[in-house]
Amino acid sequence: MQETPKQETPVQDARPRHFVDTAPFDPTAGAAHGHDAAADTASAWRLIGRKFLRHRLAVASAIVLALLYATIPAVEFLAPYEQNKRHGDALYAPPQGLHLFHEGRFLGPFVYPYRAHFDIESFQRSYILDKSRPEPLRFLCRGEPYRYFGLIPGDLHLICPPEGGTLFLLGTDKLGRDLLSRIIYGARISLVIGLAGVAISFVLGLFFGGIAGYFGGLTDAAVQRLIEIVRSVPELPLWLALSAALPPNWSPLAIFFGITLILGLLDWPGLARAVRSKLLALREEDFVAAAELMGASPRHVILRHLIPNFMSHLIASATLAIPTMILGETALSFLGLGLRPPVTSWGVLLNEAQNLAAVQLYPWLLLPTVPVLVTVLAYNFLGDGLRDAADPYH
Amino acid sequence: MIGLVARRLVTMAASLLVISALVFLVIKLPPGDFLTNRISELRSMGEAASVAKAELLIRQYGLDRPVIEQYLIWVGLMPGPAGFSGLLQGDWGWSFEYDRPVAEVVGDALWLTLVVNLAALVFVHVVAIPIALYSATHRGTFGDALVTLLGYVGLAVPGFLLALILLFYANRWFGLSIGGLYDADFAGQPWTLDKVHSLLGHLVVPTLVIGLGGTAAMIRRMRANLLDELAKPYTVTARAKGLPPTRALLKYPFRMSLNPFFADIGNLLPHLVSGSVLVSLVLSLPTVGPLLLEALKTQDQFMAGFILMFVAVLTIVGLLISDLMLAWLDPRIRMGAR
Repeated sequence: MQETPKQETPVQDARPRHFVDTAPFDPTAGAAHGHDAAADTASAWRLIGRKFLRHRLAVASAIVLALLYATIPAVEFLAPYEQNKRHGDALYAPPQGLHLFHEGRFLGPFVYPYRAHFDIESFQRSYILDKSRPEPLRFLCRGEPYRYFGLIPGDLHLICPPEGGTLFLLGTDKLGRDLLSRIIYGARISLVIGLAGVAISFVLGLFFGGIAGYFGGLTDAAVQRLIEIVRSVPELPLWLALSAALPPNWSPLAIFFGITLILGLLDWPGLARAVRSKLLALREEDFVAAAELMGASPRHVILRHLIPNFMSHLIASATLAIPTMILGETALSFLGLGLRPPVTSWGVLLNEAQNLAAVQLYPWLLLPTVPVLVTVLAYNFLGDGLRDAADPYH
Repeated sequence: MIGLVARRLVTMAASLLVISALVFLVIKLPPGDFLTNRISELRSMGEAASVAKAELLIRQYGLDRPVIEQYLIWVGLMPGPAGFSGLLQGDWGWSFEYDRPVAEVVGDALWLTLVVNLAALVFVHVVAIPIALYSATHRGTFGDALVTLLGYVGLAVPGFLLALILLFYANRWFGLSIGGLYDADFAGQPWTLDKVHSLLGHLVVPTLVIGLGGTAAMIRRMRANLLDELAKPYTVTARAKGLPPTRALLKYPFRMSLNPFFADIGNLLPHLVSGSVLVSLVLSLPTVGPLLLEALKTQDQFMAGFILMFVAVLTIVGLLISDLMLAWLDPRIRMGAR
C-alpha cells in the first residue's frame, strides 16, 4: 500500500566507490526508512478508513447505499401517492414521461395528461397522451393524506400530481396503483430485511465460530461438521420448506419477521467459518503472546486484541452476505411464499410481473428489478472494497 | 486413495442422516398434516367410506405414532406397520395429494432434474474457463473490464427474472419454444430420438439462466487464481526459457489454477441446484421444483420429504465426486496431508 521510496539513487556511471549522502540525517523522518510515519501512529480503524477511501467504486457504492437507506424514514414524504391508493381509471397505465420543454418553451417539470381508450375488439386499454395541455408538477405540497409509519397523520409530499391530474412516472399496475410510489415503499421492507437477516446470521456466526475457535477439540469438530452439512444443502428448497411452515394466519408483519429469521438462519455458516479461522490464526499471533506475557487477562486479550482485528473482516463478509438475503427475499416473495401483499417489497412487486403478458404488454412492471440490481451491485462493490481495506497492513 | 474414498463415504452417510432428520423436522413443523385435514374435511361432508380409507392410510404409514418413530419408519431404520419399509429400502412413500406412490408421481422428473443440473454445471465450466483465461492474460484491457462488469451483473440479476425475459425473447427472436422441457405432444410418450431433440432445444434457456450466476462467480475466482499463478517466478522462468506463450500459460499456471477451481464445485453445486428449483418454477420445467412447491403447500409430507432428500443427495454426491476429482488431480490431497 505504501509507495516504496527510492532507497538508492540510480547512478549510471562514475559511481563513487562509497557514496555518502551529505544531507543532514533526521532520524524522526520515518519516510526515509521506507515507511509512512503517520501509518505507525494511526489506529487500525483509521488505516482501514484511509485504504477504503482509495477504493473509488466502493466509496461511490457506499454513497449510493447511504442515499437509498436515507429514504427509509422519509418514504411517505417522497412517494407521490400512498402505496395502496387505487386509480380505477388508470389500470396498467404506461409511464407518463417527465418533460421540461413544451413547444420549445421552458415550463419546469410537467407531465402530459392521459386519455384512456378501451379497445372493445382486443380488450386492451391504450393510453393517449394529450400533448396540448402540459400540467406542471407541484413541489413540497399538501397532497394525499398518509399516516407516517402508520401512526402520525400527515399530508406533506415532495412531489404532488398536478391539480386534478395524475402523476405515474413509472406507470401503474393492474389495480391502478402508482409503481413509483410502490417501489419507494417497497425499499423500506427490502432494504431492512437484508440488514436484519444479516444481523441474525452475524450473531449466530459469531457464536458458533467463536465457540469452535475458542474451545477447539470436540466442539470445533462438531461445529465444523454442522457447518459442512448446512452449507451442502441447497438454500432455496430449504427456504421454501421453512416459509411454507409459517402459519398462514399470521399477520403480514409476523410473516415479515418470520422470513427475516429464515433468511438469517441458513446464512450463518459462511460467517462462522470466517470467525473460526480468523480466531485460530490470530490466537497464534505474536502480539497476542506478547499481551499474555505482559499479564493481560483473557477478557482483555479478546476485547482489545482479537475482536478489533477480526471485526473488520467480519463486517466485510457480512456486507457481501446482504445481497444474498435481498435476492432471497425477492425470490421467496416472487414465488408467493414470502411476504404477502399488504406488505410491499420489491419481491412482492415482481411477483405481479410473473407472467409473459407483463413482459410483452406492461414491461414497466419489471422496473422493480432496477433498484434490486442497484442495491445488490452496490453491496457487492462495497463488500469488495471493505474486504481489501480490512487488512491495512497487507 | 481407497482409504480416502471409504472415509468420504462414511462422512457422506452421516451427513445424509443428519440432513434427513433436518428435512423431517422442517416438514413436520407446520401444524396439522395432510391426512388429518382431509379427514376433518371428509367428515364435514359425511363421507364415511373415504374417512375410513384415510384412517387406514394413517395406520399404514404409522402417522399415529410419536414423531421420532415416524421419522425412523420413514428412513427405514425401524419396522413400521408393514415391516422395514422406508427410504433405505427404496420405498419412497405415498403421495396423499395424488393418491399414488411417490415413485410413480416423481418418475421422469428425477432424471430430468439431473440432466438440467448437469447441463448447467457443464455450461459453467465450458464458459468460465476460456473467459477467465482471456481476462487474466489481458488484464486491464477493455475486454477484461467488460467481462468483469458482465460478471457483476450476472451476480446481481435475480435468476427468475432473467428466465422470464430470456424466455420471451428466445421465443420471439429464435423461435425457441416457451416453457417445459419438451414439446407438449411428447408428454407421456416413450423416449424417442425426436423427443430427445425437443429436449435439447428446450434446455438452452434453462441452462443459460441457471448457469449464469455460477459462471460469473467462477470467472471471478478463476481469474484471481490465474493472476496469482501468473505472478509467480516459475511462470517467468517458463517464459524466459523461451516456451511459446500458449504453452507457458496452459502447461503450468493454468493447471495450478484449476485446483481451487474443482474445489469450488462444492460451493457451486448447492447454488446451481437452488437456482434450478427456482428457474424450473418460472419456466414450468417438469423437474422436481414445481412438485416440491406444490407438496410443501399441501403438506404432502412424504412427497416433500423425498424431493428434499433427493436434492440433498444430488448435492452431496456431487460434492463427493468433486472431492475425489480433486484428490485425483492433486497428489498432496491424495496422500492425506489434510
